[in-house]
Amino acid sequence: MSTTAASRNALRTGTILFIFALVGTAMLAFTHGRTEPVITRGQQAEKLALLSQVLPATLYDNDLLASQQSVPPDDLLGTRQPSALWLARRGGVFSGVVLEAVAPDGYSGDIALLIGIDANGSVTGVRVTAHRETPGLGDYIDHAKSAWVDQFVGKSLTHPEPKHWKVAKDGGTFDARAGATITPRAVIKAVKSALDYFARHRAAFAAPPAGEKHA
Amino acid sequence: MITMNEFRSLFHNGLIKQNTGLVQLLGLCPLLAISNNVVNALSLGVATALVMAASSGAVSGVRNFVPNEIRIPVFVLIIAVLVTVIDLAMNAFVHPLYLVLGIFIPLITTNCIVLARADAFAAKNHPLHSVVDGLAMGLGLTLVLVVLGAIRELAGQGTLFSGIDLVFGEAAKGLVLHVLPNYQGFLLAILPPGAFIALGLLIAANNWKKARVEQRARALTLAHA
Repeated sequence: MSTTAASRNALRTGTILFIFALVGTAMLAFTHGRTEPVITRGQQAEKLALLSQVLPATLYDNDLLASQQSVPPDDLLGTRQPSALWLARRGGVFSGVVLEAVAPDGYSGDIALLIGIDANGSVTGVRVTAHRETPGLGDYIDHAKSAWVDQFVGKSLTHPEPKHWKVAKDGGTFDARAGATITPRAVIKAVKSALDYFARHRAAFAAPPAGEKHA
Repeated sequence: MITMNEFRSLFHNGLIKQNTGLVQLLGLCPLLAISNNVVNALSLGVATALVMAASSGAVSGVRNFVPNEIRIPVFVLIIAVLVTVIDLAMNAFVHPLYLVLGIFIPLITTNCIVLARADAFAAKNHPLHSVVDGLAMGLGLTLVLVVLGAIRELAGQGTLFSGIDLVFGEAAKGLVLHVLPNYQGFLLAILPPGAFIALGLLIAANNWKKARVEQRARALTLAHA
């Protein structure tokens, strides 16, 4: 084969590969465009249903959804992007908060959490909203699979002591299933950090709503 | 068109003769990871079979436009696009099903059997045959997955079909079989080593069965000679 024939062949092959890449990208872009609004809406609806699971309805009488605020990324929350929080009030008095947090050190990547904390700093509920832990092994942190996350309810920074915020295997108070300890370790650490975050910002949460604030 | 005989031989090939899990030993990564109970195994198996049928059909449809030198990147591209499209579409339009199968769909990308069938079969055959081949290979994998899942779940937890309520709703909870009541559990079976041991036993059983059939056939020919 002469050089011109060879380069013509290479050009032809390259063009074909380019066309396939183009068609593939177009298909992905089209599907993404068509499905994204539906997926976002679905996730939003799920989140709203989740909110009521981590914070008992008896704790607040305000419109929890309207109280949503965005907070900048914070190491204690494990977030790298602004996250949301919802402030609960009863009779105008601060009664609790729902925080979005991330456990960045799960077995396979980030574990997204929703954590409810009452005004006294006790956990009212924890739910895993997104994770990629091994199905059948580390996924028991998902409330749909097991009630494991329920053991956080009622816990605070003084109960148990900070040094006992660990899995039982490491000398802490939380159980974990043998064979999958990395996952619960990450979740326990994230919940504790979220409580630290709450302790640091409690005063700001308890302040009256922005509308009533002076200057 | 596809004849009944071809159809049958494709299925025989996929389910038994060239079974991906027991004979070709391809696609073992998800096979070993997800086979810790029957429901997970069945979900992954069905998802894989669907993706394989779709990807084999798509690869076969464009096989005449793809030069030999770049066939692998093109097939990988097609499979990746297809899996992503299925993943997104399921998430948006059949959300309840996605909640069950969703976590398994990206795992299918790690399954080399999809690419293997695209290159070994779909690239050389008519789209209809390729779809049937992909489906049969996927179902062969499902078969091994479910048997492996049943062995591990039974040995590990003493139950069958635990977690079935995640697929068919709360009402299906009664379908969970507690085969061995008050079972203490055998953790090894649930952990990855259990998967390797159980798969090894299955392969051994399959080879033993094959050897016996061959031996009998040989004895038969000798008797006739």
